[in-house]
Amino acid sequence: MKWDEFFVTGDPLIYGADVSIAITMLGIVFFLTYFKKWKWLWTEWLTTVDHKKIGIMYIISAILMLFRGGVDALLMRTQLAVPEMEFLDSQKYNEIFTTHGTIMIIFMAMPFLIGLINVVVPLQIGARDVAYPYLNAVSFWTFFIGAMLFNISFVIGGSPSAGWTSYMPLASNELSPGPGQNYYLLGLQISGIGTLLTGINFMVTIFKMRAPGMTLFRMPMFTWSALVTMAIIIFAFPILTVALALMTFDRLFGSHFFTLQGEGMDMLWANLFWLWGHPEVYIVILPAFGIFSEIIATFSKKTLFGYKAMVWSMVLIAAYSFLVWVHHFFTMGSGALVNSFFSVTTMLIGVPTGVKIFNWLFTMRKGQIEFSTPMLWSLGFIVNFVIGGVTGVMLAMAAANYQYHNTYFLVAHFHYVLIAGTVFACFAGLVYWYPKMFGHKLNERIGKWVFWLFTIGFNICFFPQYFLGLDGMPRRIYTYSEESGWGPLNMISTVGGFMMGIAFLVLVYNIYYSFRYEPREKTGDAWNGRTLEWSTPSAMPPFYNFAKIPVVKGLDHFWNEKQNKEIKPLTTQDLQKIHMPNNSGVPFVMASFFFVSGFGLVFEWYWMAIIGLIGVLATLVIRSFDYNNGYYVSVEEIKETENITK
Amino acid sequence: MYKRYKPFVFLGMLLTVFLLSGCSDLLVLDPKGPVAQQQKDLIMYSIIFMIGIIMVVYVLFGFIVYKYRDHKGHKGYDPENKGSHLIEAICLIIPLIIVVALSIPTVKTIYSLEEAPKGSENKKPLVIQATSVDWKWIFTYPEQNIETVNYINIPEDRPILFKLTSADSMNSFWVPSLGGQKYAMAGMQTELYLQADDPGVFDGRNSNFNGEGFTDQTFKVAALTSESFDKWAKETQQEAPKLTKKQYDQLMLQGHTKEMTFSSTHLKWVKHENDADYAIKVRERLSK
Repeated sequence: MKWDEFFVTGDPLIYGADVSIAITMLGIVFFLTYFKKWKWLWTEWLTTVDHKKIGIMYIISAILMLFRGGVDALLMRTQLAVPEMEFLDSQKYNEIFTTHGTIMIIFMAMPFLIGLINVVVPLQIGARDVAYPYLNAVSFWTFFIGAMLFNISFVIGGSPSAGWTSYMPLASNELSPGPGQNYYLLGLQISGIGTLLTGINFMVTIFKMRAPGMTLFRMPMFTWSALVTMAIIIFAFPILTVALALMTFDRLFGSHFFTLQGEGMDMLWANLFWLWGHPEVYIVILPAFGIFSEIIATFSKKTLFGYKAMVWSMVLIAAYSFLVWVHHFFTMGSGALVNSFFSVTTMLIGVPTGVKIFNWLFTMRKGQIEFSTPMLWSLGFIVNFVIGGVTGVMLAMAAANYQYHNTYFLVAHFHYVLIAGTVFACFAGLVYWYPKMFGHKLNERIGKWVFWLFTIGFNICFFPQYFLGLDGMPRRIYTYSEESGWGPLNMISTVGGFMMGIAFLVLVYNIYYSFRYEPREKTGDAWNGRTLEWSTPSAMPPFYNFAKIPVVKGLDHFWNEKQNKEIKPLTTQDLQKIHMPNNSGVPFVMASFFFVSGFGLVFEWYWMAIIGLIGVLATLVIRSFDYNNGYYVSVEEIKETENITK
Repeated sequence: MYKRYKPFVFLGMLLTVFLLSGCSDLLVLDPKGPVAQQQKDLIMYSIIFMIGIIMVVYVLFGFIVYKYRDHKGHKGYDPENKGSHLIEAICLIIPLIIVVALSIPTVKTIYSLEEAPKGSENKKPLVIQATSVDWKWIFTYPEQNIETVNYINIPEDRPILFKLTSADSMNSFWVPSLGGQKYAMAGMQTELYLQADDPGVFDGRNSNFNGEGFTDQTFKVAALTSESFDKWAKETQQEAPKLTKKQYDQLMLQGHTKEMTFSSTHLKWVKHENDADYAIKVRERLSK
């Protein structure tokens, strides 16, 4: 392979990216060296097993990926703004929508939510960390490395261009030659390990590490949503793992699972992909439901309406999520019976979702609603998500779906549920739990600007796309003719897209502004919260979370305690030494070896892949012989941290 | 006050503008045949329900958010209001009724689309085999012994039975004016009935992404009176050149081509529904 095949060349955009990547790298190295931060980076972050720090790293990575995916989106919107635009050629456009979809789902939405789950769930259940802190670090680093491997395809070797669904035989060697598609397979495979481990980790954490008295039906709704999500992850992700492995075999080792030759079955890929892919959309929506439940209850100053109905709705949605995958390809010709069955199951999934919407509305009823930024996002969610929901039901009607399939109607629908659902939740959760993570709030005034800009931009961008779809505009076309008549609506859509881009910049500015000027929180209870994460005395909980593990007496325990004035300051008698896990650099090193191995496989340099895998194996062995069982935090240290004098 | 309701006012305005600007101009809602007509009817039926659902949610939302906002003279605060079996039952039963109301016509239409349109059951359908190859469409009229590339002529008021297959990637055969799409896959054959009410020319395309030439993988469908269709078929059989195997193999290469017409078909050399890798083999052979 020649160097000009290795690096992507010949495009000013790419050269620009090369330069900015190099400058950013140099900048980071300079910053760390100049401020002598290398040691800090290693001991505080790269080797941490603290769930709060891991959560923060997840969220930072997700915001970076949101930027990357967002730039992809704006490039696409620019290309589609007017008919016959010559900004991107077909191949570039195909690469960009492929990376946009993959990054937004796998490397933005999921990590953002998993980050919030990491920060919040152990605190909400009154635990000092997750069940397997070391594994949690492995989860994060494999996700991060998978994401990086996927992202470098942009400048090294070329990006995948077969769509985020990577349908076979398009994604086969014959129709998609080169390393691009391998990046997709290996990047997703490596980060998928992390997701599956997260699923196991948090399921065990929630089942085994709840504070005394916290029965399952006293758990906060966000914790419930996390539990249900983890169950979906554990059942769904192995399917993706296997499907990716089979396609990897097809591409690298000449097998014929999905290929045109050798009796391969391309429809099998579509089935396996959506068998994972549909549960995946519930993996990114259920935690969002959990976040909104917390926020709506908090800012209505009222307990949730129909708590049990909400829990059972989520369980039902999770079960149903495995019974609807065929609705992604009603047009495959599976026959009337199959299509009828999946039409009905898909519509039925709207019922528990509708129940939840009404429960949120009735939670606000008889409340005292405060329009804080997180609450605005939650209200915006209800208004916009309903539009996504009802168009989802329309898409579920197979006979009509034959006309919506592969059009902008579908594109509008899933952006209405994924943005108004998941992205709004990510922003809401970020603002809501920001004081828990960083000790100060995000500025509310700027935050509201972000909300209005983003929400209005979002509607301007995606609402017209329903009509483009009904007017026959297929998704994934890179340009269209003047005569098609799609020009004006596309222009409107592009304007909305850029408004969302501006909103994102304002959000980032708000992070900087608030860091400089917002007052620091003096207590742990920034919003007059209801659940245990707000019960820590300091704004940011210490690394062991709770000096004394709380005993839970009911739902909304912390709120009830405040109402009944039962909160007493801690004394020395309450304290005992605390057992905590040690930091470890092994997960980071292991993930780096995964990168080496993955990179080798992408370019089919097997010597490199083998070296990487040996490294991974070595780190596993090292861990197996590691008899380091953590350490104790002394009562003295706790007293000092918590400012306890008595 | 206005500020709080801005998104609704805005959305309402947007909605009205779009709805008034004429749904009937939208391709899918302007059917030119009985198949597309059935689908449009189903879509319009569902839209009524959807607008109803949205209205209910928005009215409830507006009422609750306005009444229970934190303001002076706030009344009715009840922080322990945990639920009500009656409300929860209503929230469960009404959506279930809606699902039933939507399911029945959906299933009916699904079954009806599997057959020739009502009223044309007794007319013998015209069979056209549509084969997609990156990034073009090859159409075969087995009974007429005609093959065309990137266009089809069909008679009006007669069911057309499309037998779809692909020489390589997974495609979707779609003529929005005449009806919904169906996939064309290598090594497989799927069937789709369409029918045109009146003479006219309609746009058709592959709607399933399949690589670099995807955007331009389109074709034209011309519906003719049955006399002109017969005339065209007869003329083509007499005047159009025969398709040679060499020519056909050239068509197997990736790329676009102009419209073509032949008075013989490829069926004697290959049936793509049984031979999934024919095009791949041809490409390998020709690239040597």
